[in-house]
Amino acid sequence: MSPADRPALSNRSVLGLPLLASEISVLFRRRRTWAMLASLALIPVLIALAVRLTSSRPSTGRGPAFLDQVSQNGLFVSFVGLLVSVPLFLPLTVGVVAGDTIAGEASAGTLRYLLIAPAGRVRLLVVKYVATAVFCVAGTLAVAVSGAMIGAALFPIGPVTLLSGDSIAVGDSIVRSLLIAAYISVSLLGLSAIGLFISTMTDVPVGAMATTIVLSVVSQVLDSLPQLDWLHPWLFSHYWLGFADLSRQPILWDSFGSNLILQAGYILVFGALAFGRFTTKDILS
Amino acid sequence: MTPVATGFAMGTEFAIHTEGLTKRFGSQLAVDGVDLRVPVGSVFGFLGPNGSGKTTTIRLLLGLASATSGQIEVLGKRIPEDLRMVLPEVGALVEGPGFYPYLSGAANLHRLDTADGHATSATRRVRVQTALERVGLSHAAGKKVKAYSLGMKQRLGIANALLTPRRLLVLDEPTNGLDPQGTREVRSLIRSLAAEGTTVFVSSHLLAEIEQVCTDAAVMSVGRLVAQGTIAELRGVGGARVRLESPDRDLAIAVFSRFGMTVAEPGADATELIAAFGEKEPDPEVMVAALVDARVRVRSFTVDRPSLEQRFVDLTGEGFDVAG
Repeated sequence: MSPADRPALSNRSVLGLPLLASEISVLFRRRRTWAMLASLALIPVLIALAVRLTSSRPSTGRGPAFLDQVSQNGLFVSFVGLLVSVPLFLPLTVGVVAGDTIAGEASAGTLRYLLIAPAGRVRLLVVKYVATAVFCVAGTLAVAVSGAMIGAALFPIGPVTLLSGDSIAVGDSIVRSLLIAAYISVSLLGLSAIGLFISTMTDVPVGAMATTIVLSVVSQVLDSLPQLDWLHPWLFSHYWLGFADLSRQPILWDSFGSNLILQAGYILVFGALAFGRFTTKDILS
Repeated sequence: MTPVATGFAMGTEFAIHTEGLTKRFGSQLAVDGVDLRVPVGSVFGFLGPNGSGKTTTIRLLLGLASATSGQIEVLGKRIPEDLRMVLPEVGALVEGPGFYPYLSGAANLHRLDTADGHATSATRRVRVQTALERVGLSHAAGKKVKAYSLGMKQRLGIANALLTPRRLLVLDEPTNGLDPQGTREVRSLIRSLAAEGTTVFVSSHLLAEIEQVCTDAAVMSVGRLVAQGTIAELRGVGGARVRLESPDRDLAIAVFSRFGMTVAEPGADATELIAAFGEKEPDPEVMVAALVDARVRVRSFTVDRPSLEQRFVDLTGEGFDVAG
């Protein structure tokens, strides 16, 4: 068969959009992904149920911040749910997805077939990263949406009193919730890049997942040591809880901006490391 | 050995062409100076015991690993520089199948096909179906791969290599895990692909499984290429011998030397004579006539050709399916 007899090669999918669509669809066809999203959605449900069943009279000062406000306004369930999920549960699930990106394909033996398809190593890395970012959004939304729903079901809904003392309408508060969800999704992007890099270094997905999750804990521990305050602004978890600024009137965008820059820095550095590692790696899995 | 190439980078007559291909892992030489020449349109058997460097060579050819030194051309293009241009035209099964266990067979093929930026999504469904039919997996298309047997996974792996029309197929141990019927099917699949003009490069540690379909072959042993050529050439090297049973030993030797033949070794007893051919290989009937003319009493006359299997055992210095 001469090359002329063959169908002309189309150039339309050079961007890898079909591969990205397939990556996202494969991610969300895994039972594991849904199990993680369901666990995340369960967190605000547990919080709401606990508050509903135990506190006729909320005690202030115990449990997560704002817990006492939940029973007065169901819209706070989302907020408390996110606050509780940010330090551990969200990094846990993101660590699983990010750590699995390359190492998971390697251990399944599919990495070599993707590469000889040919997916292109850079394209595959980018697709894997974007899919992880999509999961960050999905995970955060799972907490926020389930919180809003259970809050509306169990508690009264009304104008929300902000940290600054101002009161905003229900519609406005939903916009704020989405802003907070966006803030948290962005917060997880740096960790995703770290996970992607670690995933290029091993063929054992569980190892990459565990390392990523441990790093997220280490970063938060370092962030809590006052002796290391020079290091704090450089830690990827430094602004993780900074979304409270979004519940002021007017909105304080400072931490949103700083967080964005910090996460972008992590994406650049660890993206470059992942690129350097993955494009030169011998695929022997 | 095959005819000498007319220079590297000509690239048109060989589907795969390597020169001094070497891959070192730490202190171990996995592939050691391999000069591979796979003619376009051939069914090329890549043989050698387990651990002789076959799969590593294939990884180098497909750009999965980078060579320590040496040059590679696949379909006339340089590897790894032109990988993106070459790979869409190459279908491959490398070191066993690899699939997502939680997806169905068809979904797996869809997934891997999206990774090929040149594959049109409009025809994807039909192409997946055709590939599955070709390997006899249509009935299991909707089944999750974790429920597949090893043989079914192997078939799915071959189907993946056939998703788009290919100029070159690289099949690494394609009959692994297949029953004799499956092995036969793979052989006939290889034949039909070759008939369509696809060059098939098939590796195996079991010569008998692919011997019948190959037009050419190369033999690896401990990272080195120890023989390469057409099947006829490989059989010819080391040559055929004549086994003669006759009480007239001296007379027979005289006749044989007239044909330029040398008596290689004494036979099993005094009446048996084994002679190796020289430059030419005269027809047996001519030789028998000459023997009879010289009053040699011929009790039996046989031309022995070493089996390919025997040749390979000689070359690799060990049993064929023993780890090297």
